[in-house]
Amino acid sequence: MADSVDISKGLPPNPEKATLEGQNKFLGFWVFLGGETIMFATFFGTYLGLRGGTADGPTSADVFSLPLVFIMTMILLTSSLTSVLAMFAMKKNNFKALMGWMWVTVLLGAAFLGLEIFEFYEYSVHYGLGYTTSAFASSFYTLVGLHGAHVLFGLGWITTLLVRYRKSGITLTNAPKFYVASLYWHFIDVVWVFIFTVVYLMGVGV
Amino acid sequence: MADTTVKTSEKSVLWDWLTTVDHKKLAVLYLLAGALFFVKAGIMALFMRIQLMFPENTFVTGQTFNELITMHGTIMLFLAATPLIFAFMNFVVPLQIGARDVAFPFVNALGFWIFFFGGLLLSLSWFFGGGPDAGWTNYVPLSSREYGHLGIDFYVLGLQVSGIGTLVSGINFIVTIVNMRAPGMTMMRLPLFCWTTLVTSILIVFAFTPLAAGLALIMLDRVFGGQFFITELGGNVVLWQHIFWIFGHPEVYILVLPAFGIISEVIPAFSRKRLFGYTAMVFATLVIAFLGFMVWVHHMFTVGVGPIANSVFAIATMAIAVPTGIKIFNWLFTMWGGKITFNTAMLCASSFVPTFVLGGVTGVMLAMAPVDHLYHDTYFVVAHFHYIIIGGIILGLFAGLFYWYPKMFGHHLNEKLGMLTFWLMYIGFHMTFFIQHILGLIGMPRRVYTYLEGQGMATMNMVSTIGTFIMGAAVIVLVINHVYSAYKSEKVTVRNPWGARTLEWSTQTPVPEYNFAQTPQVRSLDPVFYEKVHGDGNMKPAEPLDDIHMPNGSIYPFTIALGLFIMGFGIIMFNMDNPIIPPLAVTIIGGVVVFGSMFLHSIKEDHGYNIPVERVKEELDKEVG
Amino acid sequence: MGENLSQPFTDSAMSKDEKIQMEQEKRVQITAFAFMIFITILAFIAVASEAIPYGFAVPFILLLAMVQFFLQMFYFMHLKDKDHGWPNAMMVSGIFLSAPTVISLTILLGEVKF
Repeated sequence: MADSVDISKGLPPNPEKATLEGQNKFLGFWVFLGGETIMFATFFGTYLGLRGGTADGPTSADVFSLPLVFIMTMILLTSSLTSVLAMFAMKKNNFKALMGWMWVTVLLGAAFLGLEIFEFYEYSVHYGLGYTTSAFASSFYTLVGLHGAHVLFGLGWITTLLVRYRKSGITLTNAPKFYVASLYWHFIDVVWVFIFTVVYLMGVGV
Repeated sequence: MADTTVKTSEKSVLWDWLTTVDHKKLAVLYLLAGALFFVKAGIMALFMRIQLMFPENTFVTGQTFNELITMHGTIMLFLAATPLIFAFMNFVVPLQIGARDVAFPFVNALGFWIFFFGGLLLSLSWFFGGGPDAGWTNYVPLSSREYGHLGIDFYVLGLQVSGIGTLVSGINFIVTIVNMRAPGMTMMRLPLFCWTTLVTSILIVFAFTPLAAGLALIMLDRVFGGQFFITELGGNVVLWQHIFWIFGHPEVYILVLPAFGIISEVIPAFSRKRLFGYTAMVFATLVIAFLGFMVWVHHMFTVGVGPIANSVFAIATMAIAVPTGIKIFNWLFTMWGGKITFNTAMLCASSFVPTFVLGGVTGVMLAMAPVDHLYHDTYFVVAHFHYIIIGGIILGLFAGLFYWYPKMFGHHLNEKLGMLTFWLMYIGFHMTFFIQHILGLIGMPRRVYTYLEGQGMATMNMVSTIGTFIMGAAVIVLVINHVYSAYKSEKVTVRNPWGARTLEWSTQTPVPEYNFAQTPQVRSLDPVFYEKVHGDGNMKPAEPLDDIHMPNGSIYPFTIALGLFIMGFGIIMFNMDNPIIPPLAVTIIGGVVVFGSMFLHSIKEDHGYNIPVERVKEELDKEVG
Repeated sequence: MGENLSQPFTDSAMSKDEKIQMEQEKRVQITAFAFMIFITILAFIAVASEAIPYGFAVPFILLLAMVQFFLQMFYFMHLKDKDHGWPNAMMVSGIFLSAPTVISLTILLGEVKF
């Protein structure tokens, strides 16, 4: 694909959009995120529609514990910041810092995922809220689990990138890939903002 | 790397087609696959009409009839109309915007193969105890784990897989149209077919994602014991209806907008006039797309969501008539005073207009919530949407087929046979469906496999069935036409056999793999016509003749799609009584194939290959000589 | 063409002005992050404390979520920058279509008539 910028002086300031391929990836990924928005909206709607359907099983107020959710939220928010810092490092052609911040992001994401698995384990074993207990349980596990699956996929994706490009330096081919992965990571974070608000915070008070 | 020049002809033909990422070849694949599914679903329609030919007929049982209606609707919408439209989008859009290929050639191939394997998965249901039988809308509780049999699982997973294919193709088209336009091709110089493709793709992105979510809910309910739709445990069945129609109504526009686009290309070309009201057409398209998302509850008027909700959605539905009316009048004014050639393409396009109006008018009738209680689930509805789908989409597709066929395959379709196809289709279609309006009004319910003698329905059903056979004859003539033309038709060597106006007619016929030897400089709407009047008749190049960079083919789209197929089948196996292989193992194998292929694809940097400038020159000279 | 796509660079082509601008941008982002943490804590407090009635807390935390959503989108995901016209259009459409979806799935389930 045709290069649209001068690369003789070094890495262009916006390496992710320097090539047509990069611009395509960038736009295509935003389009995908637009679609993801309404997919998550469907699951949010399902949860909100069915959260009263507890069928004599535990209700949201019975099981949710705010401290755990608070810790998870802080971890995920911080991981969003570290991926922002990674992108700044990328624009400055600071490969080591890019790798470093991305690895921190991965670690924080893994910690979040671990806590989520622990949380699901707690609910299902100690509170008797299994996936098949009630419509509330099914919709809760599906919504939050789908978010968890997104985190898992993001971890796999970013790790693959980090291992694949461990020594390559920042190139015009991998810069868009890192940028798009970081966009994905922010989007996961945005979804979590609504999950902790709509599911957990609105769930404990009822 | 860049200097390895691989000529596609050196590889075996089969391998070439399996690995191709060329949008023109994928268009042919889409056309073939879509035609196969179209014929399959058409035969199902014939079976249904034979069953309804006489009162209390016993040609098929009620159960088989239910499976036929479900598969007919599902296949026609998801696996016939969609790919046939995608065939034209794939072939025409890059040429009309002056691009060498789509934005993501790899994703383009991926979209095709995933769609295709999804269709195969759905069709496999016939071999495992019968097709899905809950209607194409798949309403719960008919499709719940209590009442629905294994066919429903094939429906859910088949559509889930093929939906992924459609979604990624949609994303690809959006990026192509936004980023890959030739210099000078501004948004408001975009041919209307590209506009409708863009808007349709946006609709796909926003409509197929809720569908994926809804199908996932049914799958979780049926396979993993979720309680979304089980009322005793707090579930709600109306939820599925909402999700389905949030997808389902935009789906109608996903299909009909590209047909509008085709009509808007064909009518100006054969009226020898520019399209009347281009700007109004563009904005009407956008308004239709927007309103298309705000009206889904009109499919649920009789469910009982309440009077205020019904009124709001009824008014929004009627509002769609306004932008559609704008389009209708623009087409009429384009033809008005034009020098019209009535060949097959133009006949299809011009007769589309009144037929579509008929379907639109019954649509407004159905939008009136109080009266809808009478129409709901009768043959009136069946007649209405077949007027939209056959009278709108299929006529549009036929027009596009006859119009672009010389560019796609290098020879014309036979006009005489084409005329015969058109008239058979047109007469048969009105005979089949016009009378169904009346059948519906006298109370014949849809989706019911028989009726009694003495209800006054026998004659009209007979007429309707005869019409279906005439349509069947039309399709047979069309198939004969393809074979006949392939042998008898003269080769088209000129670039612009129709004297048409848009950019796809400015490149060689047949189109070389790189589309344009030099990217054209666009100076106006209808660029080819503009250069004819204001220039020397040829497009001005925007770049010097140079090596052309092209993407390499890849087998991974095929393997990823195959993996999804295996995965989907594995999930269905969970509900089988006697799966010989453990379902979990099959699912995991599928997952490994999918993610393994994605992984292998992503770790290999492939920058494509260059076509040397000598070869480009050679091919240009050959054309002149 | 293809060759330099896989090549790393020894330095950055960023001008001095651009570097200063980027440092400023970075500071803004970190401030935005601090603010996000702050409103998150605020949201948790609003729900956890007994003093605030549930009827007030719910709209309040939804508002905070919207604020945080826009901060993430506009700052962390750079939607406020130029060349983001199409991404903005896609996200706005997504949000615009999400609203009726969520509302109808929540209330139009036939249990209460509207």
